[in-house]
Amino acid sequence: MINPAQHLNPKLFAADLEQVPSRNGYGDGLVQAGAEDPRIVALSADLTESTRTEAFKERFPERFVEVGVAEQNLVTVASGMAAVGKVPFTTSYAMFSPGRNWEQIRTTVCYNDQPVKIVGSHAGVSVGPDGATHQALEDIAITRVLPNMVVVCPTDALEAKRATLAIARTAQPSYLRLSRAKVPLITTEETPFAIGRAEVYWDGDDVAIIACGQMVYRALLAARDLAAAGIAARVINCHTIKPLDEATLVRAAEETGAIVTVEEHQVAGGLGSAVAELVVQRSPVPMQLIGVQDRFGESGAPDELLAAFGLTAEAIREAAVAVVARKRRGTRQVGAG
Amino acid sequence: MFLTDDDLRALQRTANTIRQDVIEMLVAAGSGHSAGPLGMADVFTALYWKVLRHDPQRPQWPDRDRLVLSNGHICPVLYATLAEAGYFPVDELATLRKLGSRLQGHPHRGTLPGIETSSGPLGSGLSQACGMALVAKREGLRWRTYCLTSDGEHDEGNTWEAVMFAAKYRLHNLTEILDRNNIQIDGFTEDVMPLDSIRAKYEAFNWHVLEIDGHNYEQIVAACEEAKAIFEKPTLIIAHTIPGRGVDFMEQRFEWHGNPPDAANVPGAPPKGQQAAVALAELRTLRGRIESEHQ
Repeated sequence: MINPAQHLNPKLFAADLEQVPSRNGYGDGLVQAGAEDPRIVALSADLTESTRTEAFKERFPERFVEVGVAEQNLVTVASGMAAVGKVPFTTSYAMFSPGRNWEQIRTTVCYNDQPVKIVGSHAGVSVGPDGATHQALEDIAITRVLPNMVVVCPTDALEAKRATLAIARTAQPSYLRLSRAKVPLITTEETPFAIGRAEVYWDGDDVAIIACGQMVYRALLAARDLAAAGIAARVINCHTIKPLDEATLVRAAEETGAIVTVEEHQVAGGLGSAVAELVVQRSPVPMQLIGVQDRFGESGAPDELLAAFGLTAEAIREAAVAVVARKRRGTRQVGAG
Repeated sequence: MFLTDDDLRALQRTANTIRQDVIEMLVAAGSGHSAGPLGMADVFTALYWKVLRHDPQRPQWPDRDRLVLSNGHICPVLYATLAEAGYFPVDELATLRKLGSRLQGHPHRGTLPGIETSSGPLGSGLSQACGMALVAKREGLRWRTYCLTSDGEHDEGNTWEAVMFAAKYRLHNLTEILDRNNIQIDGFTEDVMPLDSIRAKYEAFNWHVLEIDGHNYEQIVAACEEAKAIFEKPTLIIAHTIPGRGVDFMEQRFEWHGNPPDAANVPGAPPKGQQAAVALAELRTLRGRIESEHQ
């Protein structure tokens, strides 16, 4: 059942639930972060409006830098600004930053340990009509392997705003993953949020559904259906992929004995891999990983694409049923032995 | 700044000591680049003893000039320079490339005093220097940013992104010194990927460009002074250098770009095992023979 302590949007399952792109929340958060801290600067690679950096540019023109279509320069100039005291936010599409400029992020941001914030908008297949070239499905994998890096994938616009403010206040290199499409506004101002802390949005002990980004909402829809079928799911919003909230995730493995992970990203190297790396060492349980299965994206409408790639509440429900069955078989085998 | 004969002699002696440090470090490490560090010893000496505003006792002094070494592989000359200038003990140079050393194979910010940024992967130092210079310009800070680049790293697209950026923001407080030694790992730059006319390219990108003999202290210092007087553009100083300068059998040989002494059989060089001894003997002789560029 829904966890009342999370103060989720009361209209969660209503037809008129608000839909807002998470990049909008980033835009609001950046202006507020800039007002709070004069060290905040923003750099754009010719995508100022679509990454929602426009408002910061208008409010703080002397703290805005336009590098043109040059993502390698984007993060390396930012690294130089950080070296002399600034906290730079760099914005582009995730495919280009951290996609194109990964080595520069590794060396000049992470190895230098500079507080540069990499903001990658337009992640996932829900980018839609632009197609595979613009749909970053590997960005979590390539950022979470970098020492010093924090990786956050907020579930909605409000959480994106709070994540923006939170990473602005840390001295660490950070990656913030955002979506282009409108996504359901499932949190409220009262919903807890802290970097590195996963939140239980729906409580249950039969199976844990661990999701990030807009997949959290689909996990909640699946949990509601599962409850009707007599399966008590535990839906966890794991917005911070690095550092993982190990305590919450291991407890979920121990208390439910079965895990489904859900992400709009390749299953190789993403949230599911991160959870599996943890669980297999601390409390191994059967897992099903939902995500993109070693494919490129393609053009289409966002919802059509999510369905085509199996990123639906129905797929989550089926995976949960399957993993619960595996858990029970495993229990019988242990008992028979 | 006027350099007296005494100044010139002192700079020669310092550069020669740095070259010997470089040879000894590379032999002790058993790997590393020889030609570039020897070729840039005079530029480093002029910068740290006559150009940069810096204080070895206060490496984090906020008003210091920033020096970004973009071609991190020539770090032995940076390390030797920093040690001789007093940033850390000269004895520590012998730890280059060894486990636990502050002298990493390529520079790492944070482990060694005087290192502004990690580098090694080519083409991204100029961008970082641009970021520093932009902040200083916007905030009216008086310190300058110096960026040392190699000719080979001008094959990298990232370099040209930075060249455009510096011109756009009119970073007059940025001075780039390009080590034009004409070699890179696979051979001569004009064979691997032609760069000429590098001067015309930069001028077309709206930079102020100077060309100097990178072994002439008066020219190095004068060019850096001129750059300070240019208020509309960033300045590039093309320093023509002789790779391997000071060690006869290494000069102009691209084979020494990525090899340390005693590690490679190169045409015209002494046999492996005797190269460092010959190089050090030559450097010591040179130090005794030449007292001044005026002679």
